[in-house]
Amino acid sequence: SNPPVAPEISSSVALDFVLIGRTSAFLLLHQARAERFFRSDHTNNWAVLVCTSRFWFNYRHVANTLSVYRSVKRLGIPDSHIVLMLADDMACNHRNPKPATVFSHKNMELNVYGDDVEVDYRGYEVTVENFLRVLTGRLPPSTPRSKRLLSDDHSNILIYLTGHGGNGFLKFQDSEEISNVELADAFEQMWQKRRYNELLFIIDTCQGASMYERFYSPNLMALASSQVGEDSLSHQPDLAIGVHLMDRYTFYLLEFLEDIHPASQANMNDLFKVCPKSQCVSTPGHRTDLFQRDPGSVLITDFFGSVRKVEITMETINLTPHTETALAYVDQLPVAQIIHQKPKQKDWHPPDGFILGLWTLILLVFFRTYGIKHLKHIF
Amino acid sequence: MTARHPRTPAPLLVIGQRFLTQLLIGQRPRRTGSLWPSFHSRWPRWKWVSFLFILPRRRRSPRPQSGMKVRPVLSDPEKQRGRSAAVAIAALVIAAGIPLWWKTTETYRAWLPAARISELEALQLELRVEVEVVFARGTLSPEQQKKVPASRMREQTYESCCKSKSLCLVEADHALHTLTETSCGSVVIYIIPEASALLPQDMRVYVGRSRTALLRSQVASVVGAGLPEVLAALDPQMEQVLQTMSFNHQDVTAALTDRLRPGLSTRDSLADSMRAFKSSPGYEITFSLLNPDPKHHQLHWDVEAALDAYIYPLLHKMAPVANFSVDSQILYYAVLGVNPRYDASASAYTLSADSLAHVINPVEARLGSNAASSNPVLNFLLYVPDSLHSPLIIRNDQKQEVASNAFHSPRWGGIMVYNVDGAYGNDTQFPVDIAIDMSRVMGVFLSQLRLMLGFQQTGAPPGFVLEAAGREGVAEWELDRLLWSRSVENVATASASITSLAQLLDQIANIVINDNIAQQVASAVTALQAAVAELEAGNLALALEHSREAISASERAFFDPSLLHLLYFPDDQKFAIYIPLFLPMCVPILLSLLKIFREVQQHRAEKRAKRD
Repeated sequence: SNPPVAPEISSSVALDFVLIGRTSAFLLLHQARAERFFRSDHTNNWAVLVCTSRFWFNYRHVANTLSVYRSVKRLGIPDSHIVLMLADDMACNHRNPKPATVFSHKNMELNVYGDDVEVDYRGYEVTVENFLRVLTGRLPPSTPRSKRLLSDDHSNILIYLTGHGGNGFLKFQDSEEISNVELADAFEQMWQKRRYNELLFIIDTCQGASMYERFYSPNLMALASSQVGEDSLSHQPDLAIGVHLMDRYTFYLLEFLEDIHPASQANMNDLFKVCPKSQCVSTPGHRTDLFQRDPGSVLITDFFGSVRKVEITMETINLTPHTETALAYVDQLPVAQIIHQKPKQKDWHPPDGFILGLWTLILLVFFRTYGIKHLKHIF
Repeated sequence: MTARHPRTPAPLLVIGQRFLTQLLIGQRPRRTGSLWPSFHSRWPRWKWVSFLFILPRRRRSPRPQSGMKVRPVLSDPEKQRGRSAAVAIAALVIAAGIPLWWKTTETYRAWLPAARISELEALQLELRVEVEVVFARGTLSPEQQKKVPASRMREQTYESCCKSKSLCLVEADHALHTLTETSCGSVVIYIIPEASALLPQDMRVYVGRSRTALLRSQVASVVGAGLPEVLAALDPQMEQVLQTMSFNHQDVTAALTDRLRPGLSTRDSLADSMRAFKSSPGYEITFSLLNPDPKHHQLHWDVEAALDAYIYPLLHKMAPVANFSVDSQILYYAVLGVNPRYDASASAYTLSADSLAHVINPVEARLGSNAASSNPVLNFLLYVPDSLHSPLIIRNDQKQEVASNAFHSPRWGGIMVYNVDGAYGNDTQFPVDIAIDMSRVMGVFLSQLRLMLGFQQTGAPPGFVLEAAGREGVAEWELDRLLWSRSVENVATASASITSLAQLLDQIANIVINDNIAQQVASAVTALQAAVAELEAGNLALALEHSREAISASERAFFDPSLLHLLYFPDDQKFAIYIPLFLPMCVPILLSLLKIFREVQQHRAEKRAKRD
């Protein structure tokens, strides 16, 4: 049945008047919400986690990256917002005594590989070129969505690099290297296109502090596991697997992150205290001069987790129910018209009555020939 | 491989042995982490010296008999030939070799319109709105009417008998809309007399669904006041109307937020800009129905018809702004990540405003998206709570129920909770067939969609009444507002892209600029200038088209895969490459040239001495 027309108009008028009267109340509510909105400027989170080494003896770098991946997923960033670059030759390596696993703790306590890991760039795809393409966005048009960093001007990005490095460079897969100047230029290009709101850069390599020396774009915060001239050391070897399982800095970073849950209020100053020299042997460093907010007001979950800003929907639009003619079955086309099939092969039968007439003819001819007197023997 | 014993101490066979080691073990003994190839040999260094004595050495020249120094003696023509050969080679190298090397190591850089790009840096935007002001009968005194030029006078009468006041207003607005043709971006203001009964008493301005506004003139027609004075008196009110209907300072600064210094825009406009998606050539909208309890609820939603009826009209109207692709899905056994609390006073389960932020993440992993495009995705989720947790209501900060039972997240989408516990009693046979009332659902989704797309919910100034858009989704003047801010945003983004690209290409001297990039840049600059010109002229639709062209061309140029800056060579690496190639070649040439030069000098000195 058609609903009457009048209610639509009256409701719209009511809306008008309510709009006038509600502006003041609306502003108050908006104020309170605005306060929560502006604690930080970001609306989504991305993470780019790169392990730059391959080969079995660099097991710890893959375990580092996968552990950070697990923490970041646990705190809420979905796979669609994580770009994971690994050589991925650990879990199925011939030397792995427990295939399909990558452990990050001795005595094989924690398998960080699991069965739901999504590696976006694996094997020989982890190159300096691909890394810079992901950061700057200059990917060929055929690249799928999962391999792109689709951040906007309100995205907070976490970038984690681990591998072998030196003074001013980081080695990629034993064949090429990225220099700190290239990295700084890549970040500047990201800033020019406003591809990030704030960026946290963590690097766990030898002489890691040299990699953030050349940054010059705003809103960057950087952490490194060792200063120039120092080596980052690994944590514990596992005698069953035969290699070192993790690096010290990342191990203590993960211990710190285990205490963080999506609603926690821990801030960046706590992160800077992770792994002092007594535990790490190297001196971790950080750089905050390019960052506009005070690190004490930046929550860990601003980068490692994904806490969404949420607003209640106050206004709705009144829509009249739409009465459309539903397609009744009787209106539908017969199946034979929809599905065109070849006609079935039927056996050919002679026309109706033909056989009856044929036998009548035969009988008549018989009686004609041999005389009608035989008819009484039949009937 | 020769058949000699691997330990034969001749240098060539030592190299061969390293080859053999690699063949056998499969890996060269190598120190990892070092850049220079390490000379990792089997024998310690002192043993190498001994090889020099073991090797037989062939004497090249006969041993001199006595302590006589033997020197090759060349005759004069031979010397001359030698000298001319050396000079010829040097000439060839300098005349042909150096230009050839320069040309072949040059990077191809197509020409960019640098002058026009530098003009873009100091871009000044002028936005012009066409306003038509129509005075109704009774607003102007006869003398003022006489002052109005005859060509502008128009007698139009409209009569209607309307039953209720509110109906009258809408009908009047609709009829006025048919009187004049309004182009995109223009505004028509009708001035009606103060005593008119069309508008209620406390309403000063009524803004209709199309681009018309009814303004109650508060200027008493003073005898002797001329037309300019009347217009001047109406100016502030008209400006208020225009700021509501077209754009105001906050809108423009919000559109330019990322190009301006922080602190220039108000917090409200900043919240609006954070909520709405940035300008993009396309958007993907996904409607999902989440059914965590298929055993009890069998849900039917006629989403295709609902989309046709409610959402597609809005999207068709927004076609000049962007392309939209819409899809829908049903997810079973998808739960919210938060446990709702049971509230006995309301006898319902409640979700507080604080816990809403944690609802989205667990669900997002299951939503999926179109892998082929990189357009931003808007998700609209309809969640029907399971029978154990029904009914589920959302509470805001003040612990009050929310009428729409829905919430949205900026730049992501919205979630609505639809309770179905009223549709069945306790002892029905499960699963229950439930048809979802799509008009209620789409009403909520439509308002959330409007917010996400950039139709702001700015409050109207006092005395204003803004007609709600209703069924069509968006009023024409609201669309015009969006078009103004989008054009400005597109122009700003495109000019920023082009200028930063030009800067980047200037700074890095050895990036290759292909022809297609130069073409994109040129077309972007042309489109930008056209857009600015159209904005100045007031043609909003054309301006938006040009700005879209400009932004797509500039994005394609900036994000072209060939512009990869992988070409940072520190100076010592450049030397390391060129010296082994050129030094062995240049040193003999230079030395022979020097020798020739010295001989010529000597010859000249001898000549001078002979003369003297």
